Amino acid sequence: MPAPDRPLSPHIQVYRPQITSVLSILHRITGVALTVGTLLLTYWLVAAAYGPEMFADAQAVMGSWIGQLVLWGFTFALYYHLANGIRHLAWDFGWGFELPRLRTTGLAVIAFAAGATLVTLIVAYSIGG
Amino acid sequence: MVEFNLPANSRIREGKTHPIPAGAKRVRRFRIYRYDPESGENPRLDTFHVDLDSCGPMVLDALIKIKNEMDSSLTFRRSCREGVCGSCAFNIDGVNTLACTKPIEDIKGDVKIYPLPHMPVIKDLVPDLSVPYAQYRLIQPWLQADTPPPAGERLQSPEEREKLDGLWECILCFCCQTSCPSYWWNGDRYLGPAVLLQAYRWIADSRDEATGDRLDQLNDPYRVFRCHTIMNCTSTCPKHLNPGKAVAEIKSLLAQRTL
Repeated sequence: MPAPDRPLSPHIQVYRPQITSVLSILHRITGVALTVGTLLLTYWLVAAAYGPEMFADAQAVMGSWIGQLVLWGFTFALYYHLANGIRHLAWDFGWGFELPRLRTTGLAVIAFAAGATLVTLIVAYSIGG
Repeated sequence: MVEFNLPANSRIREGKTHPIPAGAKRVRRFRIYRYDPESGENPRLDTFHVDLDSCGPMVLDALIKIKNEMDSSLTFRRSCREGVCGSCAFNIDGVNTLACTKPIEDIKGDVKIYPLPHMPVIKDLVPDLSVPYAQYRLIQPWLQADTPPPAGERLQSPEEREKLDGLWECILCFCCQTSCPSYWWNGDRYLGPAVLLQAYRWIADSRDEATGDRLDQLNDPYRVFRCHTIMNCTSTCPKHLNPGKAVAEIKSLLAQRTL
């Protein structure tokens, strides 16, 4: 009997976003963002090593509104990935799998990432001017 | 492989709307996935209006009422109607659960019912579960022991028996299996939360002597390690079990073996 050409039931189109799955995909997205951000950091360091003109260009790029936006995103990605990475370590030790705990640790990670990003921005702008 | 869009033959079209029953006061709209393999047409979403005053409290009651009174061709699996058999697992209101234990009252707005996600559909709400069943067969879900059987039963201490709590209650409804994005993208090689919970059920059994072989079989980049602790499985389990934790226990045992 030939395999019938059966339709595939809908999946991501109909599945309600869960706090579990949203935080999980955010972990991966921030991971990718950090890779790209590291390239950006490398560019900044290389520019600094290359000479004052190149560094001035780099500073202008980073200081533009779009550059600043990217740096805020990079900061958030760093804090989120760090905190959620610790959550993953706890799981690897078998801790924190109960449903209420999954929720509270997930919310704690978000709160930490948002709070730490805000503090970093305040400190950065008050020092850097 | 990650494929977000549905294939062309799987895209859902708008279906029939059945009329509001005469004299009904408390009406709920049910939007139900339909697929007729004999029509050659794409799946569609039919609309039914159910009078809650003449319907039982659970989603399954409404499905049976629709089949009895509005459209006898509506096809779905059901049996025990009390959360023991695992037949009536669907995607209801965006989350996988058993229709027989899901109160209609818990759902706001239209009641949307789809088959278990990312599965080939045989008809309407009936998915083809051959792959998860084959995966279940693969883990050899029976007691294996080389020591000759004692005169009576193979005994366990109460502590050893306690380790099976939260595992033996699984009814293999595959709600967790089909809620897992990793299983959606790699279901051909990743065993999925339901099958891994079952695998752990035998690993954790003090009477089973094949633990080493079982772990050997699971130690594979795909079979277990496609689990990224997304935890949709635990969050959806209608029996309130913790498949995600069972997978983590397997990973932990595999890691401990190499120490």
